[in-house]
Amino acid sequence: MNIRSQVSMVFHLDKCIGCHTCSVACKNVWTDRKGAEYMWWNNVETKPGTGYPTKWEDQEKYKGGWESNGNGKLKIKSTGKMKIIPNIFHNPHMPSIDDYYEPWTYDYQNLFNAPEGTDQPTAVPVSMIDGEKIDVQAGPNWDDDLGGSPIYAEHDPNLQGLSEQQRLQLSSVERLVFFYLPRICNHCLNACCVASCPSGALYKRGEDGIVLIDQKKCRAWRSCVSACPYKKTYFNWFTGKSEKCILCFPRLETGQAPACFHSCVGRIRYLGVLLYDADRIEEVAKLPDDELVEGQRSLVLDPHDPAVIAQAKRNGIADGVIEAAQRSPVYKFVMKWKIALPPHIEFRTLPMLFYVPPMSPVQASKPEDTIQHVSDNLFHDIDDSRVPMKFLANLFGAGHEGGVRYALRKQKAVRWHRRAETVGDVDRETADRMLREADTTREEADAIYELTSLCTFEDRFVIPPMHREQAIEMMKEPHEHREETGFGFVGGPQRGL
Amino acid sequence: MSQNFLDQFLFVALPYVCLFTFFLMTIYRYRMQSFSYSSLSSQFLENKHHFWAVVPFHYGILVVTAGHLVAFAIPRSILAWNSHPLRLYVLEVSALIFGLMTLIGLVGVIVRRLTHSKIRTVTSPTDWVLFAMLLVQAASGIAIALFYPWGSSWFASNLSPYLWSIFKLSPDVTYVAAMPHLVKLHIVLAFVTIGFFPFTRLVHLLVIPNPYLWRKPQVVRWYGTRSKI
Repeated sequence: MNIRSQVSMVFHLDKCIGCHTCSVACKNVWTDRKGAEYMWWNNVETKPGTGYPTKWEDQEKYKGGWESNGNGKLKIKSTGKMKIIPNIFHNPHMPSIDDYYEPWTYDYQNLFNAPEGTDQPTAVPVSMIDGEKIDVQAGPNWDDDLGGSPIYAEHDPNLQGLSEQQRLQLSSVERLVFFYLPRICNHCLNACCVASCPSGALYKRGEDGIVLIDQKKCRAWRSCVSACPYKKTYFNWFTGKSEKCILCFPRLETGQAPACFHSCVGRIRYLGVLLYDADRIEEVAKLPDDELVEGQRSLVLDPHDPAVIAQAKRNGIADGVIEAAQRSPVYKFVMKWKIALPPHIEFRTLPMLFYVPPMSPVQASKPEDTIQHVSDNLFHDIDDSRVPMKFLANLFGAGHEGGVRYALRKQKAVRWHRRAETVGDVDRETADRMLREADTTREEADAIYELTSLCTFEDRFVIPPMHREQAIEMMKEPHEHREETGFGFVGGPQRGL
Repeated sequence: MSQNFLDQFLFVALPYVCLFTFFLMTIYRYRMQSFSYSSLSSQFLENKHHFWAVVPFHYGILVVTAGHLVAFAIPRSILAWNSHPLRLYVLEVSALIFGLMTLIGLVGVIVRRLTHSKIRTVTSPTDWVLFAMLLVQAASGIAIALFYPWGSSWFASNLSPYLWSIFKLSPDVTYVAAMPHLVKLHIVLAFVTIGFFPFTRLVHLLVIPNPYLWRKPQVVRWYGTRSKI
């Protein structure tokens, strides 16, 4: 057993209000630069919708992620190993700027400089790439709140396997429904971007599992852009380097939550450490689709287990990190309560960002128009929600509904339990029966309720001590380290000629 | 006398200046500005014409350059190969085909960069100078192949010794001095390109990713030696 620690995340979709504050926080801190204008390391998508870049989930188009072929081998779908040689000059599956959008600004000067005339001067949109006037056709969030559904929502790749009736239901005005999907880099365990980089510029940090791109080693072979199935590595067209979400590691190292987590208005984001067994990554990534979610959970180890603690110490994990793992909110959501699920686990990258699937209103047009909460099946409205179970399963369960249904039933049971406790219009007996049927207890339901609704900063973000300087000091004389570490960038990073 | 002086300048002084610049500046740039070592791909901004321009250009120039290197390194084997007319034709014709691929690809590259305004914004003045040099170089190479046939043989017999003399630090210009002007132009431009190399995007050639085929898929970096923590 080879235990490593991973800073992992949970996004509670039932709480996301789609305000994009996270995206703006990230944009202001990291991607407000030439060549990075189009990048949204954090973006929020409306589901159903095609997302950003358009239809990123459609791997028939983008060839992202891994495929497990018959003879038990994992292969990068786009350009791994031998396939890179003939394809290095032109990457066959690379998205272009048109798959994202062309960033633009407005010619504000025209408002001041326009010659006198009969019309009001306007600020026309101009491209931020070549400065030419552009006719804006798309943006990173063009389909927000189902805008333009016939073009966007209806082409959501997750609608695969839904009946015609279910699809119609999603778009008819009285019954339509949507929810938000905020996305950042998943800092995967079996990162496809890392495995695809010909230069070895991408790497996972051993201590916390953050996936980064070494800007000095990146040579713009562009493999990572094609390989990442979540399309969370971006090509900076100006510097000729790929860039991605860095999980705000400079903030984490000083004990602060990443900018998108910190600014989250709906408080949907949780961050904490998971301990996992690095020796079993490949074995799990090869499992059949329906075993992947459970397989990934089996990688995560119980930080309270004395044997795990002992082994973790042998593997060089600091006591502070183990202690952080024991208090990790992510461990609770993913392992204890099992209500957080990885997105598109069928891409086989083993993402370490988990989503609590959202509840949705029940369908308004049922045969009998009243919703009976005293029916024998207390969870009937889970299956009758406006968001078809199959849709959520395509997103969070590789098409298999079991895990999603379990998570939703438990969330519903928590709601009813709390209603019985605080409002009292639900009788205790029914609430208890629901708890039982949802495989939970009053104590657990209260804990879920507390971490969902009453969570403070300290509850949501259990940031392990990173003490990078101290870690170095423990291993090496600081002066010696200083002599070896070099100057970093001399004169700042400059685009090559 | 002045002709001799010119030959000395073009085929002795210039090559040494260019080679010296090449080694000094590539190393200096790699150490001081390794961030700037990038292929600066523009595929992201324009993905359709890219294939038809960049792919033939790269395959063409790689094979042609490799051919020059082989003739320089093992001239006798090339001459032995060429001793049979059929084999000579095969070699010459395939070299010409790859030369034409280079030229066509290069013209495609230039046209692409001229016509797409987005690509123009990521094309520096250095790039235009480089493209002009490569264009003249490719065109003169093809002209030489057409007008002064069996270059693979006379390169191996006459130019290879000259190049070796440069590297052996005892330059001998006798063979080169007798070459036609077109060939001289090709040689001079080749050295100038080598000298210009470290100041251009060509440096990506030096960082082609060879360890990728052997390394493990996942890369993990630790602050220090893990066991010591």
